[in-house]
Amino acid sequence: MTEVAVVAFAQAPNVRRTHGTTNGVEMLVPIFDEVYTRTGLSKTDIGFWCSGSSDYLAGRAFSFISAVDAIGAFPPIHESHVEMDAAWALYEAWLKIRMGEVDTALVYGFGKSSAGELRRVLSLQLDPYTVAPLWPDSVSIAAMQARLGLESGRWTETDLAEIAARSRRDAAGNPRAQFGGETDVAALLDTDPVADPLRRHDIAPVTDGAAVIVLASAERARDLADRPAVIGGIEHRIDTPSLGARDLTTSPSTRLAGEAVGTDGVEIAELHAPFTHQELIVRDELGLADAVRINPSGGTLTGNPMFSAGLARIGEAAQRILDGEATRTLGHATSGPALQQNLVTVLERG
Amino acid sequence: MPEQPLSAPLDIGFDYTRSVGPVLGRFMTALAQRRVLGVRGSDGRVHVPPVEYDPGTAEPLDELVDVAAEGTIVSWSWVAEPLAGQPVQRPFAWALIRLDGADTALLHAVDTGGDPASVHTGQRVRIRWADKPVGHIRDIAYFVPITDPPADAAPTAPAPPAATSPDGDAGPVDTVITPVHLNYTHSASREESRYLRALADGRLLAQRCPACGKVYIPPRGACPTCGVPTTDEVELPDTGIVTTFCIVNVPFLGQRITPPYVGAYILLDGADIPFLHLVLGCEASEVRMGMRVRAAWTPREEWSTTLENIAHFEPTGEADAPYASYAHHL
Ligand SMILES: [Zn+2]
Repeated sequence: MTEVAVVAFAQAPNVRRTHGTTNGVEMLVPIFDEVYTRTGLSKTDIGFWCSGSSDYLAGRAFSFISAVDAIGAFPPIHESHVEMDAAWALYEAWLKIRMGEVDTALVYGFGKSSAGELRRVLSLQLDPYTVAPLWPDSVSIAAMQARLGLESGRWTETDLAEIAARSRRDAAGNPRAQFGGETDVAALLDTDPVADPLRRHDIAPVTDGAAVIVLASAERARDLADRPAVIGGIEHRIDTPSLGARDLTTSPSTRLAGEAVGTDGVEIAELHAPFTHQELIVRDELGLADAVRINPSGGTLTGNPMFSAGLARIGEAAQRILDGEATRTLGHATSGPALQQNLVTVLERG
Repeated sequence: MPEQPLSAPLDIGFDYTRSVGPVLGRFMTALAQRRVLGVRGSDGRVHVPPVEYDPGTAEPLDELVDVAAEGTIVSWSWVAEPLAGQPVQRPFAWALIRLDGADTALLHAVDTGGDPASVHTGQRVRIRWADKPVGHIRDIAYFVPITDPPADAAPTAPAPPAATSPDGDAGPVDTVITPVHLNYTHSASREESRYLRALADGRLLAQRCPACGKVYIPPRGACPTCGVPTTDEVELPDTGIVTTFCIVNVPFLGQRITPPYVGAYILLDGADIPFLHLVLGCEASEVRMGMRVRAAWTPREEWSTTLENIAHFEPTGEADAPYASYAHHL
């Protein structure tokens, strides 16, 4: 079957609030231009389009249809959408190319998290009979997960603060990150919890943003990028939605997806962990060695654009290969509460 | 400095009405009787709340068993400022609670009278039932510590409405109703904002795509054909034609005009995209494709940043536009 490669990646600035609409057009048009310029492709060259976004974030039905305006969808295009992080849209586009239906695909995700009250909106992804009617917010659920690890000795508050400090330090080198810079671990630990046991630095910010990736068949990719990032494997798995039936300090779905793609030899990993302790869970389940560089972009803790943060992890991992800095990298995306669903992809120099 | 785009509150709500099926139906029915049921999984573990299929084997499950109304906190987190709809409306703990007789944990709220120091892992807690259980997860109002429960009842979010059972109040619960209310700030695009501000002055502001030349009203931000921003502004007259229309004969919730009346696509003179509006001022049966119409504006002192400044369109009495002149706009 056809190999598939990432040939370009771009993301909108991660910001706390945009004045743009919830259909994402203002964030998408400039980054589409970026990937067109980089690849020399124009919209009529794209064989398949796939996006990830959510009407719950926008507060209106079929909001993703308006985003299609950003494409210029005439004559009619071959298009699909997932109500999930666009990492799963990338999976669908990967399949289309694997099957030989098309040889190029453009994948994008967008979300204006600031339009509503994000952690409350995210309650609605929970079981609609016995959980969502209580409105447990996403931060509180992650906080219960963090406590399980703290009280069992899996991690300490210092471990978590060190992850936050490293992320912010790395984000200083990422012009699209929401914030970054040097922070003192002791100073972070000196702050009060905002959702006991989580402190502000343990929680990814609320972010408006968007990201785009262009995929091509390996054959086509050679014309579009100097060093295409070939997808060596991509898998996703899911755990039960029953939160109280899971051991929340583990993520079997991450482990299974990682085992299916094979994580040996990875030099850099971009992990989609919106809470500090979740990075430790994912890292463990993927069996990443200490030498593996985690989230050189600053990661989700310094910019968490809903429905594109997972795609951006794959994009950041691919960019290291496109730039010639690495030969084997890993991108991870998560969806649902407390790391319920996970996608893992390994990228390689072609 | 460019003007900021317009924005406004967008508050939406809906009462989600869900049928529960046999497993959750028995769970909800028991809650209405102030009892808690779990379901026995393939491995013998008792799941509370019950799951319909085993998380490991995917086997359908149907052996429901009674569990206790008290249990142990497995993990918790503290909420200093409760959000709308959360069970306890003063500072409280979320907790995963393993009820006695269950093997999995139930997520619910624990009230300690607002004191974060009075909750801990391993703590024994007991259900505080709602005053009027209806067969809903909120029949468990919240949990309280068994030792030293708070002296007063916690303020709670409004209770969900009771679904009516075909067999009367005593019958099995087959439906749960959960009201969902969300609040957003909806932003118009820069282009829409200019259009809406122009409407407040009684002007109809369109934009032309610099690539294909099409004129959009309302402006779109990006030309859906070309994918480029629409930039050149064009002011349009308040006259145009009906491209296509329908006669509304059916009454519905929120209707402002008595049927029959006409909803029509109006193509303003000089525009390439029609928009939806009302055609009044003649019998519904007289409205035709190609009919010439003019805007009927509301009194000037009522104008604001909305297309509602135009109450409706009405016939001008001019000759109809020939079909060929608008066929490509249908
Ligand atoms: Zn155009």
